[in-house]
Amino acid sequence: MTPVTKLSSPQELAEVKQKTLSALETGCTRVLVCGGTGCMANGAPAVMEALQKALDERNVPVRVDLVDDSKEGTVRLGYSGCPGFCQVGPIVRILPSDYFYIKVTPEDAAEIVEKTVQKGEVVDRLLFTDNDGKTYAKRNELPFYRDQVNVVLADSGIIEPGDIRDYIAKDGYKAIAEALFGMTSEAVIAEVTQSGLRGRGGGGFPTGVKWGFTQRVQSPKKYVVCNADEGDPGAFMDESIMEGNPHALLEGMVIAGYAIGADEGYIYVRAEYPLAITRLRTAIAQAEAANLLGDNILGSPFSFHIHIKEGAGAFVCGEETALISSIEGKRGMPRPKPPFPANSGLWGKPTVVNNVETFANVPKIILNGAEWFRSFGVEKSTGTKVFALTGAVVNTGLIEVPMGTTLGDVVFKIGGGIRTGKGFKAVQIGGPSGGCLTTEHIDLPLDYDSLKAAGAMVGSGGLVVMDEDTCMVEVARYFMQFTQKESCGKCVLCREGTKQMLALLEKIVGGEGTLEDIELLEELAVAVRDGSLCGLGKTAPNPVLSTLKYFRDEYLAHVVDKKCPAGECKAFKGYRIIEEKCKGCSLCARKCPVGAISGEPKQPYTIDQETCIKCGVCFDVCRFGAVEK
Amino acid sequence: MAQATAASEKESRASRRFEKIQAIVEQYGAAESALIPILQKVQEEYRYLPEEILTFVATALNLPPATVYGVATFYAQFSLEPKGKYIVRVCDGTACHVRKNQTLISTVKEWLGLKEGQSTTEDMRYTLEIVSCIGACALAPAVVINGKVHGQMTPEKVTKALEELEAAEKAEDK
Ligand SMILES: Cc1cc2nc3c(=O)[nH]c(=O)nc-3n(C[C@H](O)[C@H](O)[C@H](O)COP(=O)(O)O)c2cc1C
Ligand code: FES
Repeated sequence: MTPVTKLSSPQELAEVKQKTLSALETGCTRVLVCGGTGCMANGAPAVMEALQKALDERNVPVRVDLVDDSKEGTVRLGYSGCPGFCQVGPIVRILPSDYFYIKVTPEDAAEIVEKTVQKGEVVDRLLFTDNDGKTYAKRNELPFYRDQVNVVLADSGIIEPGDIRDYIAKDGYKAIAEALFGMTSEAVIAEVTQSGLRGRGGGGFPTGVKWGFTQRVQSPKKYVVCNADEGDPGAFMDESIMEGNPHALLEGMVIAGYAIGADEGYIYVRAEYPLAITRLRTAIAQAEAANLLGDNILGSPFSFHIHIKEGAGAFVCGEETALISSIEGKRGMPRPKPPFPANSGLWGKPTVVNNVETFANVPKIILNGAEWFRSFGVEKSTGTKVFALTGAVVNTGLIEVPMGTTLGDVVFKIGGGIRTGKGFKAVQIGGPSGGCLTTEHIDLPLDYDSLKAAGAMVGSGGLVVMDEDTCMVEVARYFMQFTQKESCGKCVLCREGTKQMLALLEKIVGGEGTLEDIELLEELAVAVRDGSLCGLGKTAPNPVLSTLKYFRDEYLAHVVDKKCPAGECKAFKGYRIIEEKCKGCSLCARKCPVGAISGEPKQPYTIDQETCIKCGVCFDVCRFGAVEK
Repeated sequence: MAQATAASEKESRASRRFEKIQAIVEQYGAAESALIPILQKVQEEYRYLPEEILTFVATALNLPPATVYGVATFYAQFSLEPKGKYIVRVCDGTACHVRKNQTLISTVKEWLGLKEGQSTTEDMRYTLEIVSCIGACALAPAVVINGKVHGQMTPEKVTKALEELEAAEKAEDK
């Protein structure tokens, strides 16, 4: 079933909006179950089923069609996109009251229906409670949301991605109507340029400028490509946009097509996102049926078609030239630039490549204007940015804040601090290409230029928080292992250099490292950074360089003191007798099952590391705390 | 004449054998740009890419077999070795890594009885894959068992999920 059929003018689009709004305002209570990957994994389908059953059992009239104004006082039950606070899922939201229920189980369904749906009362026990026992009924009151500013994620989480009319009711596709019927392509580009929007996929290149380059190239055929490869392991904002508000992405791409003079677009989605792919396919079909995609959009002379390409698991395909090769059916290997895709991209034609979040910002800019967009963020980094907040933080999930928000606000105000009760140590930002920030950066504004100056990058927006128990050398090894595996092998420095760097890091983590190894590692890092062909190799040494910069002590501890200060690296998990504390009572030596401890009575004992099997008996039996791990 | 008959016979035998593949090629169109979707579909059918099928696809798309082989070996999704009936994917993305997923990997390995360097069980029932990020990072560490995402996993929970899968299969067999 297609919710909207062929619209042939902006007026008809406006009528759909009006009709949808008035239908939803006729006393309709909406029960939205989060349908994001996280909540679906956490049991949302069972909650949905239980809610449906609870409604049926109480004969509550349920709206099968979202826009059904014949029935007043009805209930609409549906899946929304991800509201971001994945940590406390499955999430159920009730509109219009905006009650925000967390960790909902199927057993809660009856109470939600009886109390909230039928009587408008709130179910207290399902609300978010903070450490002081204070509860929060509505989304915007929650500490997690209070300091966020939602532009890109504003609608995801309160609309049903499965019905195009819900998006249209939020002024969806209105930007297309305004662009196609009231703006020249130059005017669209000028608006986007003035907004200051920069690419959200990593590089931070000004989007309007990129579009301008492509528009000026003369060619009968051009392409718009959406980079939805989201290779940074630990980032999932692109996934969430595609799952929760797929039409915003489609609309942004159509506008880009109009701006540069392209009639065809591709979305390259990583294969690990099956739900996003399904939602996109539904969205494309509904937009095509509504004539918001396809030939003569809204009755204008402009036509634009969108295809989906599924990736096949290669991180390097996130690099734009590699991505283009992959769409063409080849091995996804990057090639040197220039020529840039703006001149010679997909099948040699001028091509604009932008990230999902970049496109999703575009309709809002066209609707509200460049000035409005500039009102968020800082001078050179305008608008908002979505970050994927994960790791050792209390509140994990997707957050959206104005560019320039400080690291401390993100980790402590929104993230709620460290979950383990340990101290904050560092965040890794920008994934395998990024760097780390430490306690000294708590007041650092998160924007393109400040981060770059600190040796890190915005990247895709993955923000992994680490506590004191995390070994930074091991973090560097982890990322190196990732990039080494993903190096496509085309250029020598990246292929061989990453391998050697990984070997050195493994040696250090394994307790065999020397001071020369650290020197060599640093030398190699610089060579790989400067000599690699594409961004993968150029940025692969970043985690090493930035951990060396901020946590050199830890590297030194591994090679000189043969210790892992965080206590994470296995090779160093040995037992040692602290001379000053040992009374020489010989208890440990007597208890040691392998006879690894020796010494003279009343003198400090020692453990022979070769013989020691790390069983920990000595640690347990010592009455003077003289054995340390 | 006799030669021609022999040739056509051979051809028809081949086409019978590769009927399914031919249908896939037709569905996506015999163009180079369709190579990856075709291989994805083949892998979905067979759970891996058998060598003779790669050659067949190369011929159908009029590409050198080396090109097809090159693509098949480039992408992590493709496997030239048969995979097990059930795929257990343990995420080793950053978010999962810092939430100590290593014990999950060793738990699954032990439960499946996999030796060092082995990823598919001898009875061809399970394959363990270590992947980077499946997009459930806020629920780290994450594991995907037979297509279903499980978040906030512990060794106990992963063992339970695997046991449930076994039990469900036994119930089905009856
Ligand atoms: C190794 C590597 C991986 C990349 N991965 C991604 C990715 O997953 N998603 C993305 O949008 N951009 C990625 N990029 C950046 C793209 O090359 C390109 O700059 C971006 O898609 C442009 O879009 P934007 O200007 O909207 O950011 C990657 C770059 C490199 C070098
Ligand atoms: S890092 Fe494991 S799901 Fe993203």
